[in-house]
Amino acid sequence: MYLIVFQFLFVLTFGMFILSKKHMSYFGLLIQLGLAGITGYWSVDVLIHGTIFERELLINFWGSPLEIKVDSLSAFFILVLNFTLLTGTMYSTGYLKPYINEKNHVEFGLHYFSLVWLHISMLLVCMLRDGLAFLVAWEVMSVFTFLLMIFESEKGETIRAGINFLLQMHVGLVLIMAGFIYAFVHTGAVFSFDGLTVYFARFHPFPLFLLFFAGFGIKAGFIPLHTWLPHAHPAAPSHISGVMSGVIIKMGIYGILRILTYIHTDLLAIGIFILVVSAISGLLGVMYAIVQHDLKKLLAYHSIENIGIIGIGIGIGLIGTAKGIPVLAALGFTGGILHILNHSLFKSLLFYSAGSVYMKTHTKNIEHLGGLIKRMPVTALLFLLGALAICGLPPFNGFISEFLIYFGLFKGLLTADFQTDITIMGTVICLTLIGGLTIFCFTKVFSIVFLGTARSRLSENVKEVSVGMIFPEILAGIVIVAIGIFPIFFVKAAGRVAGLYVEDIPWIIQNTPSLSGVSRASLVFMLLTALLWFLRRTQQKRVQIEHEPTWGCGYSGADPAVHQYTATSFADNYRELAPPLMKVDKHFESLKEEDIFPRPRSFKTETSDRLEKNLVEKPVRKVIYWMERVAIFQTGNLQHYIMYAFLFMGLIFLLTIFKLI
Amino acid sequence: MNGLGFLLSIVSSLLFPGIIAVTKAKMSGRKGPGIFQSLFDVARLFRKGSIYSATTSIIFQIAPVIYFASIVVALLFMPFGQYKGLLSFEADFVFFAYLLAVGKFMMIVGAMDTGSGFEGMGANREALYSLLVEPAFFILMGSLVLLTSHTSFYNLFVHIHFDSFFSYLIALLGIYLFIQIAMVENSRMPIDDPKTHLELTMIHEVMVLDNSGFDMCLIHLTTGLKFALYGGLIANFIFPETWTLYAKIVVFFTVNLLFAIVVGFLESCRARNKLAKNPKWILALSSISMVVFLSVLAITHKLFLE
Repeated sequence: MYLIVFQFLFVLTFGMFILSKKHMSYFGLLIQLGLAGITGYWSVDVLIHGTIFERELLINFWGSPLEIKVDSLSAFFILVLNFTLLTGTMYSTGYLKPYINEKNHVEFGLHYFSLVWLHISMLLVCMLRDGLAFLVAWEVMSVFTFLLMIFESEKGETIRAGINFLLQMHVGLVLIMAGFIYAFVHTGAVFSFDGLTVYFARFHPFPLFLLFFAGFGIKAGFIPLHTWLPHAHPAAPSHISGVMSGVIIKMGIYGILRILTYIHTDLLAIGIFILVVSAISGLLGVMYAIVQHDLKKLLAYHSIENIGIIGIGIGIGLIGTAKGIPVLAALGFTGGILHILNHSLFKSLLFYSAGSVYMKTHTKNIEHLGGLIKRMPVTALLFLLGALAICGLPPFNGFISEFLIYFGLFKGLLTADFQTDITIMGTVICLTLIGGLTIFCFTKVFSIVFLGTARSRLSENVKEVSVGMIFPEILAGIVIVAIGIFPIFFVKAAGRVAGLYVEDIPWIIQNTPSLSGVSRASLVFMLLTALLWFLRRTQQKRVQIEHEPTWGCGYSGADPAVHQYTATSFADNYRELAPPLMKVDKHFESLKEEDIFPRPRSFKTETSDRLEKNLVEKPVRKVIYWMERVAIFQTGNLQHYIMYAFLFMGLIFLLTIFKLI
Repeated sequence: MNGLGFLLSIVSSLLFPGIIAVTKAKMSGRKGPGIFQSLFDVARLFRKGSIYSATTSIIFQIAPVIYFASIVVALLFMPFGQYKGLLSFEADFVFFAYLLAVGKFMMIVGAMDTGSGFEGMGANREALYSLLVEPAFFILMGSLVLLTSHTSFYNLFVHIHFDSFFSYLIALLGIYLFIQIAMVENSRMPIDDPKTHLELTMIHEVMVLDNSGFDMCLIHLTTGLKFALYGGLIANFIFPETWTLYAKIVVFFTVNLLFAIVVGFLESCRARNKLAKNPKWILALSSISMVVFLSVLAITHKLFLE
């Protein structure tokens, strides 16, 4: 029954185009609610009972019925993506309102049609096990993401970022396909995920895993496969950025985790590989983020950082399994998997509130913003909530997953050997640095965007966004706080997924009284803060309160509008420490001897991603250079082409004479 | 009795700024204020009204409250010899470190809220230095975890035994690290010189230029609490196991007293680092804690030294 409704909803999406522009978002939301309700019901059931849900869809695919299968890994991802996509659609209702008059009926309809189909394809990616069907769903997902991204297609940048995304996704697709084909050819088993079991049991899994990792890693955005991310996020509309960062890149992680369920040997090498790549992604992601001035680009780099943290959890989990340290394995996997949920929550919240700022001020450059907390208080506080959560600070959700990883690391330290101890310590250092750098970055971005006074006309006279846009943010905020204060329930769900990789998970989680300790300490902290705030309020009522300009340290001309810190100056002392990674271009006119009288001058700095330059742009330019060299054969002259054909035939003739072929 | 560490730390925190001030006065040959002067200052601030910058928002007002609360909750983790802290669970030091970070986060954004260039500078440096010092603390705690096979503050300190050459090295370096981390966290010498006039202080003190009244009172109290926090950790680090409770209380206060005197002494006798040199100096702490870690690996026979 549910299955029929589920598939009927697929068909229903085509109704989108007959509706008026105003009603499309509600219709989309309705269908998505249906999808989310049905799949959510299946998933919760799977997570609670630990069973596997199997059904056959009514669609015939290549002559055989299409089978869907939901195990705890799929179930977890389905729940995460349902939530984020629903909040995304809710947010889009308000966010796209200004575009209603600009965009025509088909463009608008296509956007919502793609949004619903993105949801469907992601659900299918999580549920399908057949290789070919999976690849089709994967491709459909990429294409609809592309369509959603290029909503503002009149901008050249957007199209360029979109094409870049589409190309890179296809490189990923080819790699994944190659992986499936390779396994299929070598074993002759079924062309599906389950067929990989045979391959991994018979051969060394590491090389094939690398192939899959590269394919899925492009989606996930591991450095150095990350170069599409910083361009895609600023180009996409904000609800799509939120969804993209929240769940689409997680599909890459899903792929990697899915592949890992079939691998039981070579785990140490794979674990160390994932750990190293993730640590690099985590560190470099946040290091690049700090110098960004484009709010959404900055958040995009933070997605890379968080993918790094997730990867660190998975990596140490694998090392723990390989080395026989159950606590390291269990807590690593659980922490990493819980961070998938956590990141989807706070990152979508951050993107939505960044989107609200963009909608009202029409700029993404944080150097033009400032003082918005007075004009958009709710958005500001929600952004602060997201910022605290992404920094992994208690009492919010980011802390819980990082705490689990730390806990696993320190516990693992005890029973590990020398090499593992060194690895663990290195991981701890990476995690602390990532945490510290994230705090640096988010104190910067929050204070530059929302605090102080306006830095340009753009952030004057703006108003708070509508309730419809704030509501999905509040939903995400509630879950963020809930996970932070009552983590046990969510950790158990993540633990169920981790159970696919490690045994004894329930035992370890039950023997982790720390979590109740954490929630108790968090509650004490919140209570104490509330108490002090109350005390402060009563004290303030009794005494005299005055309002004056900010103290200029005796300089009477001090004016925050002129003298306050900028994003560039905030990041300056950090940038001096990290020169090898960033290329800073300074554009200015130097002062000459004859310049006696002052006149207006400009000074501009730009930072660019060295990795992207050296790993993508340079090789691509080389390839294009050689391609152009080869292109001299393409003369457009018919006679030449006939000559090529004769030459070819002659060559074949000669080769056969000399018995070479 | 579990709250003993907390209570004693609160007591010593109240006296800490006074002892530092007295030491500094004596070192420079002045008569100086009495030990309780800082308490009188705090009490006066509590009664005073406030002036707020028109640029600021609620963030500026709530920041000192959260800062203070974070340190107080962190103190709840303070064990005392065989008594646990009021809050104690495995890997509580991770929570401890991140809790301190919450307070710092709020103070940084609070300072940025005023729109003052001076406070911006202070906030920015605070953010950078606290991120650089974090690894040192975690490596040190990791080493102690490995040494004692336990992961909570209470168990760590109860199970430390000093019996070999390496363990004395660890004790010495550990205490040195705790002191230096405390100095960085509080932005005291040699990172920054709080005795210069407010505008010339580079880091922590310059962030609170616009705070007044109740908020300032909380900030002053927090400074003392933060010192007591590290003083308490050092005291726990060196408690001899077999001593009686009263002897331990004496040790606790002696350590805190000595710590305050050392701080005062350092601030009187040394010059501040060049600001540009600070990052290197702070990172050097991490390498020292790496030495501690390697020594622990040697003690636990994971690393074999020929």
